[in-house]
Amino acid sequence: MKKSNQASERGRLGGWYWTLGSLALLALAWLLPASGIMNLYLQQVLMYVGINIILTLSLNLVNGYMGEFSVGHAGFMAVGAYVAAILTVAVFPRAWGPVVFPLALIMGGLAAALAGLVVAFPSFRTRGDYLAIVTLAFNMIVKSILENINAVGGPRGYMGMSKLSNLVWVVFWVLVTLLVLRNVIYSNLGRGIIAIREDELAANLVSVNTPRLKIYAFCLSAFFAGVAGGLYAHLLQFINPRSFSILKSTDMLVMVYLGGIGSLAGSILGASLYTILMELLRPLELWRWVVGPLLLVLLMIFRPTGIMGLKEVRWLQPTASEETGWGKVARRS
Amino acid sequence: MMALLEVTNISHTFGGLQALADFNVTLNDGDLVGLIGPNGAGKTTVFNLISGVYRPDQGRIVFAGQDITLWPSYRRMAAGMSRTFQNIRLFKDMSVLDNVRLGAFAHYTYSFWQIVGRTASFHLQERRLTQEALAMLARFGLAGSAQAPARNLSYGEQRRLEIARALISRPKLLLLDEPAAGMNQAETLELVALLRDLHREFALTIMLIEHHMGVVLDLCQRVQVLDFGSTIFAGNPQEAQQHPQVLEAYLGKEENGEHGHAIAEP
Amino acid sequence: MSCPVAIALQYLLNALQLGSVYALIALGYSMVYGILTMINFAHGDIFMVGAYLAMWATLFLLGLPLNLPIIFIFLGSLLFTMTLTAALGVSIERLAYRPLRQAPKVSAVITALGVGLFLENFTLATIGPEPRQVPAIIPVQQYSWGGVAFTNVQLLILVVSLILMVLLDTLVRRTLTGMAMRAISYNRVIVPLMGVSVDRIISLTFAIGSAIAGAGGLLYGLAYPVLDPYMGIRIGWWAFIAAVVGGIGNIRGAVLGGYVLGTVEIFTPVLLASSTYRDSVAFSMLLILLIFKPTGLLGRPTVEKV
Ligand SMILES: Nc1ncnc2c1ncn2[C@@H]1O[C@H](COP(=O)(O)OP(=O)(O)OP(=O)(O)O)[C@@H](O)[C@H]1O
Ligand SMILES: [Mg+2]
Repeated sequence: MKKSNQASERGRLGGWYWTLGSLALLALAWLLPASGIMNLYLQQVLMYVGINIILTLSLNLVNGYMGEFSVGHAGFMAVGAYVAAILTVAVFPRAWGPVVFPLALIMGGLAAALAGLVVAFPSFRTRGDYLAIVTLAFNMIVKSILENINAVGGPRGYMGMSKLSNLVWVVFWVLVTLLVLRNVIYSNLGRGIIAIREDELAANLVSVNTPRLKIYAFCLSAFFAGVAGGLYAHLLQFINPRSFSILKSTDMLVMVYLGGIGSLAGSILGASLYTILMELLRPLELWRWVVGPLLLVLLMIFRPTGIMGLKEVRWLQPTASEETGWGKVARRS
Repeated sequence: MMALLEVTNISHTFGGLQALADFNVTLNDGDLVGLIGPNGAGKTTVFNLISGVYRPDQGRIVFAGQDITLWPSYRRMAAGMSRTFQNIRLFKDMSVLDNVRLGAFAHYTYSFWQIVGRTASFHLQERRLTQEALAMLARFGLAGSAQAPARNLSYGEQRRLEIARALISRPKLLLLDEPAAGMNQAETLELVALLRDLHREFALTIMLIEHHMGVVLDLCQRVQVLDFGSTIFAGNPQEAQQHPQVLEAYLGKEENGEHGHAIAEP
Repeated sequence: MSCPVAIALQYLLNALQLGSVYALIALGYSMVYGILTMINFAHGDIFMVGAYLAMWATLFLLGLPLNLPIIFIFLGSLLFTMTLTAALGVSIERLAYRPLRQAPKVSAVITALGVGLFLENFTLATIGPEPRQVPAIIPVQQYSWGGVAFTNVQLLILVVSLILMVLLDTLVRRTLTGMAMRAISYNRVIVPLMGVSVDRIISLTFAIGSAIAGAGGLLYGLAYPVLDPYMGIRIGWWAFIAAVVGGIGNIRGAVLGGYVLGTVEIFTPVLLASSTYRDSVAFSMLLILLIFKPTGLLGRPTVEKV
């Protein structure tokens, strides 16, 4: 991954670049639509790309970095989407919408994180295909429960949300997800999570508290999937249980394994490529849905770790000074 | 004085196979004890039971005054125990540095919010950990490959990295499972010297599984000999070599051509 | 139809009918798992393809100006469906699973999910999303016995399933091929030494499992004559749960599990007064089972060697 101390230092970006870069992106996300340079369709596509980046990053934490196996991630997205939507539609006064939107997203994320526990506990004892069943079953239970609650529309779905998602919020949450996951991955916690993927038994035997880390990883991952769900609900302004079926979970898997497991840059790449590809294939109508599964199978056979596979671009790694704190600590003392 | 490790009457079976029966051992601070026996005698099983990979069917394990029999592995390790593996188990796709840093996982417990916020305390701890890890790598002659993935190391280097990973947590008890396996004569002698130094320098208590009798004779104050899961001898290593039951255990196997390590091997 | 015993018997009969279909599909999950320790998530979709193939075969045979006897149409459709689904199963194994036999488990599971989804969406794209009506091959005749009503179709489903299950059980327990199958599921490393072609046995396992699922598709179409491309997901999952309940890898267990799940599906609406909760009930059952017995009811626990 890293070559040598000196080489790896070059090209990495410190805190200032991040702050400036993020501000610039947010400004663009506001300016381009506001000035009319970017049309509505393009905005819409970019928002889908952003939401998919959040989902892919979130799933990559569990499947790519931790090497565990969630194939029912749409379940978490559903929890976040419904909770956030109910909050803005039925709980808070409508006029407060734009103000409470971030709060609703966070609450949706927290609810999803709570649901993450449902999957985290079985993962203490189960791995591989049996954990896959647990997560799929979770996905189906969530869907089935939503179909049975009439208050949220049952199988007909839930609507009435204002279009509160905009490009600025989407970009903001992409940046938050990216930053949080990057900071987690390049820390003791992240090393422990990767150690679970490499050799769970050995991880336990070098004092890594694997059950606790699994809870962290599943809840954090579910949180961001929930936030993405909230953004999705307030972009489409209509959600129904079928939007969060296994088909959605499979889309996320395709994006993770296309871009590359265990890689932040890979997640961004995979989500962008797949979303845009599906957009370009729209004229194929129903045949479009054959592409994703086929791509997934081909990837597994020919390149199971994806385009970036376990590699990270420099500018997403913390600088050595940040990683070890040389600079900051020296400045403070 | 209280013993560091007190193992009382532990047994373990796999399916119908009795891998270990009524095993006892007491280690005091600073002991360096060898555990020997023919292939399949149950030596690794002893380590697996002490480190919590398996739960014993019966018996009790007390470590540093606490009954740890039912503790999960990570908690035992956090309490001051470390081990290496007969078949090297490194985190192969992670860097050498990360492997060592993981050894001290339980000792660095900055909170989630400190991680996300990259606070001064996070940086301070991360810096201390990295410095310690680099120092430890230097001690084992691995500083040059700190950033390389562990899978790129040679076999001997991987063995040393495992010991470095085990030592960075400053354990009280170190369990070494055949550290010299696959090493040549020169490497083995080097390892023996290194272990002797480390034992003194880190005030370690060591339990060592080893097939090279030379290593055991050189290092260990006491040995315990296992055969078919039972202890057939416990005491002075020189005496062990003369003990009829021990000789029979090794030589009896020898005739079947099943056992490669003669007791007289250097 | 007033005596409670008769009503219970009536439900039981329905449970047996549905359970037979689940059992037939569960067998395929179990056989493949037994031999490859891999969950073939595409299996439910092979069943779906089987149901469509059976429908087309029947339509074709009915359309011929020969006025064939019913029994001939039924057996012809059955043979056609089982042959083609067997071929489908074998091709899937060859093209998608075999290249991954040495790869990590994760890759194989994801591939299986991908193949399943491919079959669904491919079917959807070729024939469209509208549900299809299966033609009635057999004129339904109602019988009644002691207050319990049943039809000739129900009897046919029960009898054909039973015949297939007994045949399979005999094959696995009594023949050399069956012995090889059991040997591979016991130890894949030593079997090649004994002169058995592992690849051939694995192909055969997929062929048999898929053929039986195809037969399940035909029988399902007789009893519940509306087909849609996504029907394999739900039925497949219920059958999979059946296989897990019975102890995946265990053939008789799969049959037992099928009937248990059939009973759960028929009796849940009766007991909970609502039919929409049955999926939640089944999946919760699965979750609880996996949490307390992660390797399944009869699955062998594995100990990692350190
Ligand atoms: N996970 C396991 N499952 C089944 N049997 C096992 C397992 N681990 C060990 N055994 C058996 O238990 C017995 C003792 O094994 P153990 O690994 O403790 O021997 P050992 O003394 O370390 O041998 P070696 O010198 O070969 O390392 C052996 O017969 C071995 O085959
Ligand atoms: Mg051993």
